[in-house]
Amino acid sequence: MKKKSNSTLMWVVIAIVVLIYALGPVASILANSFKPASEFAGGGGTFLPKSPTWENYGSIFVGDAQSLFLPALRNSLGITLIATAIAVVLATFCAYAIARLDFPGKRLILTAALAVSIFPVISIVTPLFNLWRQIGLYDTWLGLIIPYLSLTVPISIYTLTAFFQQIPWDLERAAQVDGATNWQAFIKVIVPLALPGVFTTAIIAFFIAWNDFVYGISLTSTSAARPVPAALAFFTGASQFEEPAGAISAAAIVVTIPVIIIVLLFQRQIVSGLTQGAVKG
Amino acid sequence: MSESVQTPDRGAVGPASETGELARRSPGKPIKSERAKAETRLGWLLAGPAFVVMLAVTVYPILQAVFDSLFSYRLTAPDDREFVGLGNYGVVLTDPVFWYDLGVTVLITVITVAAELVLGFALALVMNSAIRGLRGPLRTAILIPYGTITVVSAFAWFYAFDVNTGYINSWFSWLPFISPDTAWFGSTAPALFVIILSEIWKTTPFISLLLLAGLAQVPSELTEAARVDGATWWERMSKVILPNMKAAIMVAVLFRALDAFRIFDNIFIMTNGAYGTETLSLLAYRTSIGRLEIGMGSAISVVLFLCVILISFIAIKGFKVDLAGRGGGK
Repeated sequence: MKKKSNSTLMWVVIAIVVLIYALGPVASILANSFKPASEFAGGGGTFLPKSPTWENYGSIFVGDAQSLFLPALRNSLGITLIATAIAVVLATFCAYAIARLDFPGKRLILTAALAVSIFPVISIVTPLFNLWRQIGLYDTWLGLIIPYLSLTVPISIYTLTAFFQQIPWDLERAAQVDGATNWQAFIKVIVPLALPGVFTTAIIAFFIAWNDFVYGISLTSTSAARPVPAALAFFTGASQFEEPAGAISAAAIVVTIPVIIIVLLFQRQIVSGLTQGAVKG
Repeated sequence: MSESVQTPDRGAVGPASETGELARRSPGKPIKSERAKAETRLGWLLAGPAFVVMLAVTVYPILQAVFDSLFSYRLTAPDDREFVGLGNYGVVLTDPVFWYDLGVTVLITVITVAAELVLGFALALVMNSAIRGLRGPLRTAILIPYGTITVVSAFAWFYAFDVNTGYINSWFSWLPFISPDTAWFGSTAPALFVIILSEIWKTTPFISLLLLAGLAQVPSELTEAARVDGATWWERMSKVILPNMKAAIMVAVLFRALDAFRIFDNIFIMTNGAYGTETLSLLAYRTSIGRLEIGMGSAISVVLFLCVILISFIAIKGFKVDLAGRGGGK
């Protein structure tokens, strides 16, 4: 701290180390996605592709692997978005009640949300697997949306509650005193204050459902409902002896880049959402 | 490690929650009026659906698993279903595979949480003291692993290390124990090493963000006072900062420990449990989804669930982790 140039140099080094940590594996899989199949055989590989090619992206969008990847992408987006939307709507009402009203059982709901969020997913999957096969929900969108709610609802409840508890609700009364109707006060004052929290909660819930793997491989068997992470595990190469590494890497990049863009755009909100839910503020 | 940082002045400083707790309880129970009843009704009307849905998708399956675990029940021969009482648990708990898998699970949990605590705390310190222009970019960077799908992370590490597809062997061939054909996924220790690396990479950001939030709550007057009194960096860290962060550290450790205990994705992708890398989650999956033994698989699921309850119980009672403490406050 004594010499300014020294401390600047130290921060440059720290920043580079953190960047390498954060980006290393993503960069590695990005580099892999441009490698031709020949560079995945026989060892002695390099980090960067020796002869870069687009053929892996071609394969997942228009080639052999498109029947594996495109339906999975559609399933993942559809199922995850629906499960997120349901969770956020339910949790918004719930968190509003907890933050604004005084009623017995508030603590119970929050404790239950925390308890449910630490449930081991694998323990829920066995009975669902059996039940879904009996009632025809196996390998359907609904058959994944329902268990995804166990991932998205609890986190939405406690993240949103933390957000809503910070809203200055008195502003609503102030607006009413100033002559606004109940509805106007709610729409003009409360909604703009609450919206960032709702939006952030939706992002966090989406990440969690988007990341799911256990439900995805256990409760689906075909491309009818199998989401991307599960589909990646079932990718096969062009021939039995060929590594599907290139196609898997390309598909992995396609599902990772949008999430990274969301993270870059909303990092401040995501950080406050993640920490508010879990740590006393 | 965190036990050694307990100092007598903890009570004097006191986590913010305790005062909040008192303030919340002091008014006592409100008198039930018509208005209070209406508020209760409205409260449950709004909060009820989320509560019911949440329990329906988790508590019901667990109860069903408990019920199924009492039967000898295979989907390959559903008509032979037969009540066996606690027989499945007897089989599970006397099977060396179960104990081996439990050992692997505990090993992975302990190593990842310990490593992540150290690494996460270092990252939190870096972000906390970073110069103004750097804090935001650093925080954004460490959110990237958080946003990456675990399966993608598993593939990234797998392809980097694998003897056919990877480059790690060529990079580190100057090390005595690494050669161009080191098979990382051919035996237990190296495979677990890569699995743990991937797990640490993906989840350290979460723990460091929790610790950063905890760091921000340490009153700066305290650290300043210690600095003025001539305390060294290490003394300030061990006597002032860590004791005041105890609550945040325990919450972070508990969350991560429970999460690490369920580890599945990384192992499934890299080894599928082969070469002695199987954990309890994989055992449960292999039994019920792979071999369709619903009864036995349910018994393993219930045991896994009980382990998670036990860890939480020990953490909350033994280490006084107040998970829901903040939530109830107004």
